[in-house]
Amino acid sequence: MSSATSARVDEVDEASPDEARAALGPLFWVCVAWLALNVFGAVFANVLPLDNPLYQNYSLVNAAPSLHHWFGTDDLGRDIFSRVVFGSRVSLAVGAGSMLIGFGIGAPLGMLAAYRRGRLDALLTAVMYVALAFPAIVAVIAVLSFWTPRTLLKIILVIGLASVPLVYRVIRAATMSVATRDFVIAAKVQGATDRRILVHELTPNVAPIAVSFLLIGVATVVALEGALAFLGLSVNPPTPSWGNMINEARTVMSQNPWLVLFNPPTPSWGNMINEARTVMSQNPWLVLFPSLAMCLLLLALNFVGDRLRHHFDVAQVKL
Amino acid sequence: MSATPERTTSATTAPVASEPVLLSVRDLTTTFATNAGPLRAVDGVSFDLGREEVLGVVGESGSGKTVLSRTIMGLLARSRVTVSGSVRLDGVEIVGASENAMRQLWSTRVAMVFQDPMTSLNPVMRVGHQIDEVLRVRLGLSRTAARARSLELLSLVGIPSPAERYRAYPGQLSGGMRQRVVIAIALAGAPALLLADEPTTGLDVTIQAQILNLLDDLTARLHMSVVLVTHDLGVVATRTSRIMVMYAGRVVESGPTADVFADHRMPYTRALLECSPRVSNAPHTRLAAIPGRPPNLAALPAGCSFAPRCAYATERCHREVPALVETTTPGHQYACWNPLPARGGPRP
Repeated sequence: MSSATSARVDEVDEASPDEARAALGPLFWVCVAWLALNVFGAVFANVLPLDNPLYQNYSLVNAAPSLHHWFGTDDLGRDIFSRVVFGSRVSLAVGAGSMLIGFGIGAPLGMLAAYRRGRLDALLTAVMYVALAFPAIVAVIAVLSFWTPRTLLKIILVIGLASVPLVYRVIRAATMSVATRDFVIAAKVQGATDRRILVHELTPNVAPIAVSFLLIGVATVVALEGALAFLGLSVNPPTPSWGNMINEARTVMSQNPWLVLFNPPTPSWGNMINEARTVMSQNPWLVLFPSLAMCLLLLALNFVGDRLRHHFDVAQVKL
Repeated sequence: MSATPERTTSATTAPVASEPVLLSVRDLTTTFATNAGPLRAVDGVSFDLGREEVLGVVGESGSGKTVLSRTIMGLLARSRVTVSGSVRLDGVEIVGASENAMRQLWSTRVAMVFQDPMTSLNPVMRVGHQIDEVLRVRLGLSRTAARARSLELLSLVGIPSPAERYRAYPGQLSGGMRQRVVIAIALAGAPALLLADEPTTGLDVTIQAQILNLLDDLTARLHMSVVLVTHDLGVVATRTSRIMVMYAGRVVESGPTADVFADHRMPYTRALLECSPRVSNAPHTRLAAIPGRPPNLAALPAGCSFAPRCAYATERCHREVPALVETTTPGHQYACWNPLPARGGPRP
């Protein structure tokens, strides 16, 4: 029969990895840069040379954008740019924090259920689907309207827990499509333990899907936080007076111990838009900039998440 | 596995032929509990595999070949599957062994080459690391020792410039290369028994021959026994010492390869042989096919399961299951009520 040398052949490599993967494109990097800028602003807001977001300059209310006040000032003479930057703290903290909780609980459970199957899977999936059947936003609103005072931590916790079933479902499905492939059995007959298979074989395969879902999840929660801030007003009786506008205690962010660093009340984008409704006719900037900031953040998060999913989805392109 | 301390010695030393039989399968039956009732995917299979022997397991899709190899590997799910009978590897019983017990055997005593190299490698792990993993987890080699051994294995399976391929991801390799890597992984633990489940079905014909030659070559060099599962008789013709033909989960004919080819007695074996196109055929000869389909395993016909498709079936065939009977050649058995005449002259 043949020797090893005759069995040795030069087989041509099929494709280089660069060709096999969807290109990320320049827009991807623009979005990444935008996200980085947002995170940077949120983290260093009180170090950056920004105006005090709470300082009220009554001699300059509802000013249009200028060199001094890039986004103009609101009806109390506060610098909108500075408030938008500070506002991103709340949005990003809620978005990232709650997704961290959601993934911290949902992802390991989903992977375990998909790998083990059997009774554990049946039980967990049943519980998660029952939870999914109840609209998460209603649950979040219900809990937050009774669990006062509403601190940032509580909001993160409630939204995070509400996102667990969704994360579980996505991660379980992603794991299942990988776990049924032969290489998992191959790893097993190579002597790998279940734990090793979960950590070394499955996690790297599920990670790309998890990351893109995480980013889109953050975007969803940022929007949800905005909606909550908005609804925070609708729960209370209508507030016709200017005085009530200052009283931000009614909104969710007001008594946050974390934000004591830079004096309560802290602006959140949702709050800002909410407040701006009443003065929209006099000061369009007030509603425009926070909305724009939120819109661009969501767009960037979604785009990056989507591109990453495409990029790592080697199966779709090659194989 | 504490019951076998004598087997914990390094598997690289070729086992001394304490017993001539490496793998002994007795009356192995694998039953799946399906919603349509019990399904016997493997039904009363018995065979022995000697050291350095190559056994070809042949049959159509659904004949139970893959389930047989997975049962021997101890890879079937534990729920809704019943395995009875006995599989002894070097005297160690595999049927009913716990997963922890199996883990002691996997890779160092018995390894498997999977059908599809596209799915049997982790797509996000460098191929070198996938070989390293076995060496480090199972054999306890250090990182550098594992790397050196992986490179050796890669060149052993005929991969050019192993150092470069070591760093490649599976997606950067062609199908044939990937299957070579899969073989390298299977060989890493220096197993005594290699189960190759249709190792070439996912590959181009030209690559198929290379991979089979490689397996052949390695078997001889590494003193392994091999069970080669395939639906392609051409694959087993020159590369196996024995053939076992399966149909609907049962062994219908088995014997020394040359004997089964020249002197097959079971009509199904002949039907399979006739399905292979021959160079000597006249141009435009229609490819032969076996009429009908393999039976539904959950609702097997009474009697011989091949009877409904058999040209020679008689009333008895539909009533009684034929048992395996010996021919005059030692080791050649068949299960048929109306066997073809000896020395395979064409029947009228």
